[in-house]
Amino acid sequence: MSSLTSKLYSYKFFLPAAIVYILFFLAPTFLSFFFSLTIWTLSDWKFTGLDNFKIFLTEPQLNIGLRNSLIYAGATCALKVVIGFLLAAFLCTDLKTRGFLRSVIYFPNILSTIAVGIIFSSLMHPSKGLINVGLAAIGVKGPDWLGNPRMALFSVVLVDVWKGVGIAMTIFIAGIMAIPQHYYEALMIDGGSAWHKLRYITLPLSRSSMNSVIMLAFIGGIRSFDLIWVMTKGGPGFTSDLIASIIYKQLQGGFYGISTAGNVVLFIVVSIIAVPMYRYLTKVEVDL
Amino acid sequence: MKRKSFALVAALALVALTGIQAADRTKLSWLQWANEPQQKAIDAVVAAFEAKYPIDIEFDFKPGSSEGENLVKTRLAANDMPDLLTYNSGSLFQVLNLEKNFVDLSKEPFAARILDSFKSVVSAGKGFYAIPYQPIPAGGILYNKKVYAELGLKVPKTWKEFTANCDKIKAAGKVAVIVSYKDDWTAQLLLLADYYNLQAAYPKFAQDYTANKAKFATTPAALRGFEKIQEMYTKGYINKDPMATTYDNAQTMLATGEGVHYPMATWVLASINQNYPDKINDIGFFAQPGDSADKNGVTLWMPTNISIPKTTKKLDAAKKFCDFFVSAEGLAAYMSVGAPDGAFAIKNVKMPDSLFPATKDAIAYINANKTAPALEFLSPVKGPNLPQICVEAGMGLKTPAECAAEYDRDVEKQAKQLMLPGW
Repeated sequence: MSSLTSKLYSYKFFLPAAIVYILFFLAPTFLSFFFSLTIWTLSDWKFTGLDNFKIFLTEPQLNIGLRNSLIYAGATCALKVVIGFLLAAFLCTDLKTRGFLRSVIYFPNILSTIAVGIIFSSLMHPSKGLINVGLAAIGVKGPDWLGNPRMALFSVVLVDVWKGVGIAMTIFIAGIMAIPQHYYEALMIDGGSAWHKLRYITLPLSRSSMNSVIMLAFIGGIRSFDLIWVMTKGGPGFTSDLIASIIYKQLQGGFYGISTAGNVVLFIVVSIIAVPMYRYLTKVEVDL
Repeated sequence: MKRKSFALVAALALVALTGIQAADRTKLSWLQWANEPQQKAIDAVVAAFEAKYPIDIEFDFKPGSSEGENLVKTRLAANDMPDLLTYNSGSLFQVLNLEKNFVDLSKEPFAARILDSFKSVVSAGKGFYAIPYQPIPAGGILYNKKVYAELGLKVPKTWKEFTANCDKIKAAGKVAVIVSYKDDWTAQLLLLADYYNLQAAYPKFAQDYTANKAKFATTPAALRGFEKIQEMYTKGYINKDPMATTYDNAQTMLATGEGVHYPMATWVLASINQNYPDKINDIGFFAQPGDSADKNGVTLWMPTNISIPKTTKKLDAAKKFCDFFVSAEGLAAYMSVGAPDGAFAIKNVKMPDSLFPATKDAIAYINANKTAPALEFLSPVKGPNLPQICVEAGMGLKTPAECAAEYDRDVEKQAKQLMLPGW
């Protein structure tokens, strides 16, 4: 096969996927860049420049979403990385119930987010929910998980971590299992303890899986919507609103222009954070 | 070959059968709210209609409140509308571009039977575009008559009398005012039902508000609404765990007498009747009191409506249904499942004697002409974040003045998006 034929041949394979990608992703993205500069309804539109962005970024009811999304993403990412890593390190040792425990911890991840949200909403009822009833049985007065404006966001963070730590753990397990045994053998010869094993071999050599988990968890956290919506709808008041729930509320109110602008802001925030983060993290990776 | 020809024959037979069925009866599709407390009554009307005409009605249920509104707007954009549509009246309906999308009903024979006040909230230009689908809900305060009798309380005619009653109820160890903030739309009622009092103090508020000349933060009578919501919290009248209490929980508390007052509209009576039919007679209704006893009246919510999208292919069948729904026969079928919970927006309806006590209380105000429509029917401006702002006031998260200012900013966004003049 001549090189020209082989070049054209490979493009033909690319074409169907390219068409779907352009039609359903690229084109709407660029259209939304345009429409975020207008006020639009289902029947007509009016160009207004950067007004929508100004409103979105200056309104306290709206920019609280930006702040909350960053807190939410940071908290879920940190918890998933730490807890996921520790669970993975523990479940890579020789345990009889290793397989069973891994499945149990992974299980919440396959549940529907909406179902998890509804169940935890009722578990977290301040006086009749099982969590506070259980705490009361041991003499601790449980807080108002979803009704206290300062706690609501963190309660949802905890549920999100409960649901998502399984995937983090799985990625870490894959990374840890790939570490060659000769490092551990060398450590045993030098007389290292389990702590040294974890800190000086397992941790640095799982950098690449840690990078994946950090990226996935952080970006997923910024874009998160369904759990907050089902559990608090952004309440009480506006204290647990995220960017995505604010965008949805603007849409419900018929403010299509502001909602599109919000989406563009979300796109920009994710890009601004994700791209440098990825570059920095991969620089620090250590080769096996 | 045998299998192929058999399949072909079977397919042709099926097509022929369905063809024959379709030729007999027309089918209308109706996009309806799911879980409507009025659904039994609607089913009775539909059953009577299907018995009378060769027309079948097929329901397509959509979720309530804003999710359902989004669904309708999406289907409108995709030109995928049913033959009949249920929707809220007032400004929510009027933004759907009525003249372009719906059938004008003003030349129909049944148009004369509908109250003018209803026509005004489903109109655009010279025509009107929908029929009322339920009795007129009145907004105010529902109360438990048994507890009132026990504690020797009288229906309050001023706000001071109301809070005095609440103090007595609190002293007796019961919940004075039930709030259900988990369903945040219910937090708005205390503010919106106050409109009668607002209008009595400032008759031109609706026009000035729409033209950006009056605001909630700077109009003391309007600020009262937010103050009243927060007063319930600061005086300790509300139930515990307000953020976890739902609309359903609130109905249970009211019916059993655990809570004595519930700021709500009479549309809740149908579902209390469904769940607590033996307690429905314990519930009464009074208008939200203002500051003086002679200016006391109810705020009315214009009922939800049924409209005919222009894209329907079965216009005659749809019009026949609308005509039937507002006729004496249709209303009789509606009332056959139980007493209605309010007056109808239709002229000359004979109401049964078995009305709920709360309904009779509400109708008394309507007959005495002490009513005002809710603000959302007089002005297209209603900020979408009002439920949450009311919850903020109701939980003491912000002062009433801050909430009013917040709502004014919210409303400003909406007015600009609607491209209203003067903003």
